[in-house]
Amino acid sequence: MSEALTLTDVPRLPRGVRLRFDEVRGAHVLLAPERAFDLDAVAAEVLGLVDGTRSVSAIVDALAAKFDEDRAVIEGDVVAMLDDLAKKRVLDR
Amino acid sequence: MNAALPAPIGLLAELTHRCPLRCPYCSNPLELDRRSGELDTATWQRVLSEAAALGVLHVHLSGGEPTARADIVEITAHCARAGLYSNLITSGVGGALKKLDALADAGLDHVQLSIQAADAGNAERIGGLANAQPQKMAFAERVTALGLPLTLNAVIHRGNIDEVERIVELAVALGAKRLEVAHTQYYGWAYVNRAALMPAKADVDRSIRIVEAARKRLEGRLVIDLVVPDYYATYPKACAGGWGRRLMNVTPTGRVLPCHAAETIPGLEFWSVRDRSLADIWAASPAFMAYRGTDWMPEPCRSCDRKERDWGGCRCQALALTGDAAATDPACAHSPHHARVKALAAAESAAGEAPAYVYRTIGGAGGDDRPAPARIPEGAAS
Ligand code: SF4
Ligand code: SF4
Repeated sequence: MSEALTLTDVPRLPRGVRLRFDEVRGAHVLLAPERAFDLDAVAAEVLGLVDGTRSVSAIVDALAAKFDEDRAVIEGDVVAMLDDLAKKRVLDR
Repeated sequence: MNAALPAPIGLLAELTHRCPLRCPYCSNPLELDRRSGELDTATWQRVLSEAAALGVLHVHLSGGEPTARADIVEITAHCARAGLYSNLITSGVGGALKKLDALADAGLDHVQLSIQAADAGNAERIGGLANAQPQKMAFAERVTALGLPLTLNAVIHRGNIDEVERIVELAVALGAKRLEVAHTQYYGWAYVNRAALMPAKADVDRSIRIVEAARKRLEGRLVIDLVVPDYYATYPKACAGGWGRRLMNVTPTGRVLPCHAAETIPGLEFWSVRDRSLADIWAASPAFMAYRGTDWMPEPCRSCDRKERDWGGCRCQALALTGDAAATDPACAHSPHHARVKALAAAESAAGEAPAYVYRTIGGAGGDDRPAPARIPEGAAS
């Protein structure tokens, strides 16, 4: 069992996982082996900040600056989402 | 229905039927396409561009052995240019390793490597090719060395069901991120070999328990996808995600099928990419229209609340087992044929010694005087 994601982790998309805008369906998708994750606007925003240099906490900062939402709420959502993707082996850290 | 017609998300590109292996569970048709009839590079490139425009996200470069095509690198590069996610489905033998670096450079996204068993001798007996296992191991090592994500695919049957635990260990040792433990689906050569391949129910149950335990133990390291065997199931699978809803399959010669076994259904009219665009075929090909949606369904599917979940199961399996492609898939407990399918599986798997394999070969299964596998013997059980 792997450990849960922490705020100091620096997530990145590994080779073979790509964020893409799907013109036909008008939405972002995360393409991975045998899978395509449909992303809503917020999820696409989060993954757009995953660049292999920002830490989880820097990603939360960037979102908190942009959206009018409690930082703790954003943090909880971001950690849960990225942790889930890491468990599915489509996010490295 | 066009307003509600979803765009396809996946394209299975069967680039060639040529393959150095001869797996008796191969889902390719018995009449394999010959090299002389294969689509050329330019046509494949056009098809891939059309697929991207139509909404396809994933392209599965398959076969046969796709690296047997001289132009596999060009085709892969074209996927990358079109923004398509490319998945190479390979046996890893023959010329595959020599082309791998160039494929990675061309933008290949993912590799799915088949293994026949964890034990080399057993694997080579099943695949019908000596010295295949070391080639596969070297291939897997190079995939991960190049930083490409690796999925291992093991088709499970009577001849390797005792090796599931070892297959999981092998996937971990090779650095795979995903493992597919896929119980055999009985199409093509697998249907001919069904009596040799059918595992016993107790062994199936044990293999599922092993996978479930391994999933927990390896969470975050290895994702394991399990395809459960239809003949012992309660409900069928949504074949290809529902007929004409998600997938298109292009054969080596350019015929476009709703699923890879669809040519076994007599009377269906398939259109070819040589004559029409992929968009036209998706929207209006008679084969795609035949079982799309729910209007074609008989009872018990018609009034079943799962009909938009599994879409009535697999048409090819319905045909193979009941003689009627429009019947409810007998893998379903609501099918009047269900009990007899289970009895058939039990009887075949209980045979003391499994029959010898009919190995996959170009030129069909002809020349072998074995009778065709049983449909459902009337009155076998109920
Ligand atoms: S199942 Fe075996 S014989 Fe068939 S294409 Fe795959 S590797 Fe080749
Ligand atoms: S009756 Fe038809 S729709 Fe209902 S579960 Fe069975 S196969 Fe699926």
